[in-house]
Amino acid sequence: MTPLLDVRDLTVRYPGRNRRSAPVRAVDGVSFEVSAGETLALVGASGSGKSSTAAAVLLLRRPDGGEVWFDGRELTALDEAALRAVRPAVQPVFQDPYGSLSPRLRIRDALAEPLRVQKRWDPVAGPARVAELLDTVGLDQRLADRRPHELSGGQCQRVGIARALASEPRLLVLDEPVSALDPSVRAGVLNLLVGLQERLGLAYLFICHDMAVVRHFAHRVAVLSSGRIARTTTARALYPTGTARPKTAVDTRKAAAT
Amino acid sequence: MTQRPTLLSVTDLRVGFPDGPKGRETLHAVRDVSFDLAEGEVLALVGESGAGKSLTARVLLGMAPPAARTSGSVRFRGRELLGASRSGYAGLWGRHVAFVPQDALSVLSPVHTVGDQLAAAVRSVRRTGRAEARAAAVAALDRVGIADAARRAGAYPHEFSGGMRQRAVIAMAMINEPDLVVADEPTTALDPDVQEQVLGLLASLRETTGAALLLVTHDLDVVARHADRVLVLYAGETAEHGPVERVLGRPRAPYTAGLLASLPPGEPTGSRLLPVINGSPPTLREASSSPGCAFAPRCPLAADPCRTRRPTPSEVDAGHLVSCHRLTDVPDVPTCLFQPGGNG
Repeated sequence: MTPLLDVRDLTVRYPGRNRRSAPVRAVDGVSFEVSAGETLALVGASGSGKSSTAAAVLLLRRPDGGEVWFDGRELTALDEAALRAVRPAVQPVFQDPYGSLSPRLRIRDALAEPLRVQKRWDPVAGPARVAELLDTVGLDQRLADRRPHELSGGQCQRVGIARALASEPRLLVLDEPVSALDPSVRAGVLNLLVGLQERLGLAYLFICHDMAVVRHFAHRVAVLSSGRIARTTTARALYPTGTARPKTAVDTRKAAAT
Repeated sequence: MTQRPTLLSVTDLRVGFPDGPKGRETLHAVRDVSFDLAEGEVLALVGESGAGKSLTARVLLGMAPPAARTSGSVRFRGRELLGASRSGYAGLWGRHVAFVPQDALSVLSPVHTVGDQLAAAVRSVRRTGRAEARAAAVAALDRVGIADAARRAGAYPHEFSGGMRQRAVIAMAMINEPDLVVADEPTTALDPDVQEQVLGLLASLRETTGAALLLVTHDLDVVARHADRVLVLYAGETAEHGPVERVLGRPRAPYTAGLLASLPPGEPTGSRLLPVINGSPPTLREASSSPGCAFAPRCPLAADPCRTRRPTPSEVDAGHLVSCHRLTDVPDVPTCLFQPGGNG
């Protein structure tokens, strides 16, 4: 089976501090694949190239080298007009649930906006589609008339996911989508993403720095270090082996009680 | 273990905001919170956004919002702080009590160098010469692991990375060797490697100075690694309070159990779904108007008394307090009370 997303030898450079210094290679020859229905996590320290890779996959920034193939087409070879036709299929969800929504737009307008921009808005079917999107992400219809500041962080992040789904994407680029959320809210949003993936066959490129979340949520994990992939492994392989050792800090303290 | 003397004693703390016509009514965001903090101890305040943990910390620091109405008692080494004037607090700030915020930029001045700000902190509590204060500033930056501290002291906050700024703020908090450090989500904005470094740094500085730490966080992993005791707040009330081993190991409040259940497991479980606490926390108004337990609408064990009577804390074990009517019915593995959900 050909992968949905195929990234080959991706390179992203930024200019150096001044004219004389060499450019910084933020991403330096990175290759990976993501199939439909699969979650690939990108992990690594700050500055390891996670977000630069995500920006290049979203073609928000043209890579300086390498190829991005999506659904059998080489995106890096397309011009802006041709890209516009592909963009709805690859959608981002960002970390800051408030920062990624316009404070002035009511939720119903925030969800209608992608359809309007893509000239797919229909005065009859449109509102029904907005209602369906709210339903899909488990939000009450009454929230449609609210603005982002009236919502909790978890509700805002669900709106962010609904907005990404409005374009009927096949790949979501999830850049730290649960890092700003409380643990109990985080679990609900992760469950939502799992349900959507199973129902719609979505592929996820998942950027996250919490390894406990990564190994639970992802199928495979690529570890980035200084702009290169240090290793790729199954998420299951990230669990500690052996039964004697407690698995998390919380487990360690629990064990101390008995 | 020898009993360490009490440093901070909080009794029946209530914090409310004016509501209703002409602000005659009060909506409480923190209700009847009590705890003691011993010298050198680490107490974590845990809860969801809006549970009142940051507000509690700010009231202790004398930094409550101007509209806040407070009652109860906050004693620092026996001296009542609640209702103290600004000048009453001024003798404490920096010298005895220091604050580490989530966002370092909110306490650092953008127009002064980091070194000047640290030196000013020294001179605010001690009569020293400029050169001496400057040397103390450089030494403090060096202690928090900032390389080439003498040169870095001449830099402005925007020239520092996020992790370095947080180190600089910790250096500033610790520079006068306070007795109590209040840290409000000190590492939430940092990536995990830097998070561990910063918390490790706080721990080692505390060891040398013997400072107590009040750690406000929503991260149970941080609690497990760094706290001695934990107080779990729900909708402004104490749900559970006790030694970290007891509270995380054998939680007796269904809310604590739900928080623990929603963490990604330490081993593969075969299911990709996590248990969740259904529903969402009450608004201030809902919490104020309900006669029963604030958690009852979301609690899998809720019964009649839970909806009509507010539970009060009772001691289930030495130093382990739980507010729950159904506490004897909580199973030994209470996390199994919660099922996967929230997937829309």
